Amino acid sequence: MATLYAARRRRNIVAMSLSLAATAFGLGWLVLILGALLWEGFSGLSLEVFTEMTPPPGSAGGLLNPLMGSLMLTALAVFIGTPIGILAGTYMAEYGRYDRLTSVVRFINDILLSAPSIVVGLFIYEVMVRPMGHFSGYAGAVALAVIVMPVVVRTTEDMLILVPNQLREAAAAIGLPRAFIIARVCYRAAKAGMITGVLLAVARISGETAPLLFTALNHQFWSTDLNGPIASLPVVIFQFALSPYKDWQKLAWTGALIITFTVLALSIIARALSARKQS
Amino acid sequence: MVDVALQSEAAVTSAEASRAKALDRLRLGDRIFRILTRASALGVLAILGGVMVSLLIGSLPALREFGFSFLIEQRWNPVTEKFGALAPIYGTVVTSFIAMLIAVPVGLLIAVFLTELCPMWLRRPIGIAIELLAGIPSIIYGIWGLFVFAPFLQDTLQPFLISTLGNVPIVAPLFEGPPYGIGVLTASLILAIMVLPFVTSISRDVFDAVPPVLKEAAYGVGCTTWEVVRYVVLPYTRVGVIGGVMLGLGRALGETMAVTFVIGNAHKVSASIIAPGTTISATIANEFTEAVGELYTSSLIALGLILFFITFIVLAIARYMLLRIERRIG
Repeated sequence: MATLYAARRRRNIVAMSLSLAATAFGLGWLVLILGALLWEGFSGLSLEVFTEMTPPPGSAGGLLNPLMGSLMLTALAVFIGTPIGILAGTYMAEYGRYDRLTSVVRFINDILLSAPSIVVGLFIYEVMVRPMGHFSGYAGAVALAVIVMPVVVRTTEDMLILVPNQLREAAAAIGLPRAFIIARVCYRAAKAGMITGVLLAVARISGETAPLLFTALNHQFWSTDLNGPIASLPVVIFQFALSPYKDWQKLAWTGALIITFTVLALSIIARALSARKQS
Repeated sequence: MVDVALQSEAAVTSAEASRAKALDRLRLGDRIFRILTRASALGVLAILGGVMVSLLIGSLPALREFGFSFLIEQRWNPVTEKFGALAPIYGTVVTSFIAMLIAVPVGLLIAVFLTELCPMWLRRPIGIAIELLAGIPSIIYGIWGLFVFAPFLQDTLQPFLISTLGNVPIVAPLFEGPPYGIGVLTASLILAIMVLPFVTSISRDVFDAVPPVLKEAAYGVGCTTWEVVRYVVLPYTRVGVIGGVMLGLGRALGETMAVTFVIGNAHKVSASIIAPGTTISATIANEFTEAVGELYTSSLIALGLILFFITFIVLAIARYMLLRIERRIG
């Protein structure tokens, strides 16, 4: 009896120590990666990074054109993807909550949410780059929009479902039509959550590289023409990191630092927003 | 008197008319809004259909040229335009498999820690920290893997594996060859780190959803924490955990940039897990913009189609499992 008890206790201690170790292991990677980023990227961080163009190998320069390109692509992608996402989420939560269509769309949307982003790049290559005959910023933005959309659909639907029905009933009782109830009452009640969704989507696409590789491609010089190839931060990091030139690799690390902390800041803000709403 | 009555009657009818007009306008707006939302919802389906159809059309030339042998041929020769997808498919499956082998137990253990052991006030911060791992863009894992992690493995883990397991009879072929640093093992380890947060956060969520009464009952008859997890929590949440694992697997299969940096891009099927290899996504990312000729491009798109097909099935199973546990927990 005593030995059995001791054995059970021992097994418990082993299992619990393992779970503690696993947690330390997981957190360790986060520390290691962020530490390496700070170590390698921080020394390269200077004003020139934000004011100068990407240099030819062997000379100093910055990341102004890819930063600008990334901002433009992200803004356009959010501009295209968010309205469609919000409307689709609205249909699923409001008009068609109990529809068969809604459950199908939800299932498909959840799959799109984790579908490989490189496949999205191939898709946009086939439907935009090939017919247009050249790589373009528009194609890149649409590719990113395809990634934004499922994120926004998901959060919009989740947040609208949380809106209490009494609010809708009260608005309907004073004679508001459905569209007004949704736009003036439900959207307002769900605003924090929906903004969180958009922020998460921005965080998601600002580091996306794969879908841009063969849609927006890259551009060595200053270009804000979305109808042609355009530089973006992730693609420039990819190119520079794999180059044999030391200063290019250095710039890649600095770019990586900028992206990572932007993304982490965005996701923390998003979390804080939704946490405040919940409590 | 009569005048006034007439006037007010006219006012009433005009008020009614404008009221009717306003109502019509509102109804029209309502209908338009409804149609717009429905169209957007259908747009989600259209995108999925569009992905399938466009990839299918794009890969037709390759599929017509090589037929079924595309799936089982190892050669990948842009010069003679002979292409086969075996090496990338093999690499994708092997890297994901090794990644899951590591990420699943570790992820589950972290979830156990977060739901059973961790003090309340630490749960949220640690949970968020683990989830931040999922927020780091994959290209960051790539650059870190190439410059920090691969050299580290080249100096430590790989020589160690070669000198120990490399001499054990049956598993020796797995660890054959010089330690390059980059290769299948490095890519798998990085994938494991990337998938970890998905496994953890879903298992934690389903563990949290176990009715406290069940756990309390088990504790009440004297079970240890481990026994509660093993015999109550895990059986109750099995479907959800499998869903989380499949979701992570879907991520691992399609992951591109991190793998592209460290896999070595070698088109051959090799038994050794420390040798360079390639995956479907890494092949596409590395070669697509340089592909000349219709057959080359089309073969790469066919690879994309295969990847989409595999991940679609895995993710569909994941969603189905998660839907089942959601229904049960309500």
